[in-house]
Amino acid sequence: MILMRAHILGYIQPNSQPRLSPTLSDATSETTLSARNLTRRFGNRQIVHDISLELKRGEVLGLLGHNGAGKSTTMQMLTGCLLPDSGTIQICGIDLLRRPLLAKAHIGYLPETPPLYRELSGDSYLTFAARLRGMKAADVPGAVTQATQRCGLEAVRKKTIATLSKGYQQRVGIAQAVVHSPDVIVLDEPTVGLDPAQIRDIRHLIRELGNKSSVILSTHLLGEVESVCDSVQIMQQGKLIYGDTTSALMSYGGEPGKLEENFIRITEPHV
Amino acid sequence: MIRLLALRELRSLFALPSTWFILAGLQFVFAWFFLARLEAFLQVQPQLAQLANAPGVTVTVAAPMFNTVALLLMMLVPMFTMRLIAEERRNQTLPLLLSSPLSSRHIVLGKFFGLLAFLILLTCGVPLMLYTLVLGTALDHGLMLANLLGLLLLTASYVAVGLYISALTAQPVIAAIGALAVLAGLWLADIGATAEDSPWHALSPLNHFQSFNNGLLDSGDAAFFVLFSAAFLLLAMRRVHNNRIYG
Repeated sequence: MILMRAHILGYIQPNSQPRLSPTLSDATSETTLSARNLTRRFGNRQIVHDISLELKRGEVLGLLGHNGAGKSTTMQMLTGCLLPDSGTIQICGIDLLRRPLLAKAHIGYLPETPPLYRELSGDSYLTFAARLRGMKAADVPGAVTQATQRCGLEAVRKKTIATLSKGYQQRVGIAQAVVHSPDVIVLDEPTVGLDPAQIRDIRHLIRELGNKSSVILSTHLLGEVESVCDSVQIMQQGKLIYGDTTSALMSYGGEPGKLEENFIRITEPHV
Repeated sequence: MIRLLALRELRSLFALPSTWFILAGLQFVFAWFFLARLEAFLQVQPQLAQLANAPGVTVTVAAPMFNTVALLLMMLVPMFTMRLIAEERRNQTLPLLLSSPLSSRHIVLGKFFGLLAFLILLTCGVPLMLYTLVLGTALDHGLMLANLLGLLLLTASYVAVGLYISALTAQPVIAAIGALAVLAGLWLADIGATAEDSPWHALSPLNHFQSFNNGLLDSGDAAFFVLFSAAFLLLAMRRVHNNRIYG
């Protein structure tokens, strides 16, 4: 039992695992997130089977899959909201399970439901979120202004969040995930509930964020993958069944440009 | 970090109109009790003056007033603690805290101190009203101080219980009823137990408040409050941590 708990907490690590150095000189190829052999079960149901992901700085990864494929559970584990049953996660070379407080300062997370304190104004909520991630008080106002500008919230920043429309609330949710300029940004279905113009803006924003940080986003929308993501991982029943660059998925099976059909062709035999 | 979370808790409380209504309503109730006690004292004062070692105004007005406040808080605190964690669960804001560089200790203590600060603000009208008596008479400062300290410890223990029960559920209403049931249950078991050495007396926070209420600083009673609060806070931390294990 003690051994098992130690394993959950990540104290025992397989020796074969290569050490990731946080001091890689080449910033563009620096690995910001590396997850190995993550598994997770709820009761008797195995939700996530042995998933490994790696993400480099400046990369945008799309996590695709049907409903209930385990995308959200995987994202919860990557952000430290849920402990994996086994496996290791490193954020910028820091072990998330062993040193959670250090590692989490590098993460920005937008869950499926944006975690908004609806009674606060957008400004004070973002200030709180920035301070929560350990930003210095002096840097916070500038960061909040930048995040509100990036997410198109200037007009509503003084308003109570409860009075905002769903699209604006979603944007406040994205703003809290990026306000502290994290190295790893995890977005769970970021464009749900937005109108087409907002979706375009948010995709543009994600692309922009992907220049400096690494972004993982989950989505059902294949168009989103096409326009935003550098690479794709397809999840099915808790397993990663396909992983490649977006352009490779586009030309999968020799039918270039038909993303949707390729996606169905990959997932269907597994259903 | 604890201070940041406590301030957020206060900010959210003061953003709700109901908080201001409760603040105003309670000051009215406190003032009512105070004036009623004072009037009763003024009526019996001529008779008291004939006694050799007559009880003063602190014993006849202040101490019963604190006792009433202690009883009122037992019913009020669950109304405030219910939101603490249950509402974060219901509104799904907990992932923000869980994915931030915070431990369960920070989350629980931040909420605990935030609400405690609010409740201190809520009840600080009581000593202020009582200290207006200084204008006309001398007060027993020792007795006042013992009562204030006792009330603070008692409130802390109520908040700790409420916080733990709020961590058990995703429904604020259930958290409120649960905390009220535990606090009222302990109180009723205490006053219902007739035997002098019944263990129910030892378990009831209100019973331990009595010695403070009488002006007695008993380290045993103080230790009870500290242990009682710490136990429930630790349980709450454990519960918040379990969120990461069971989802």
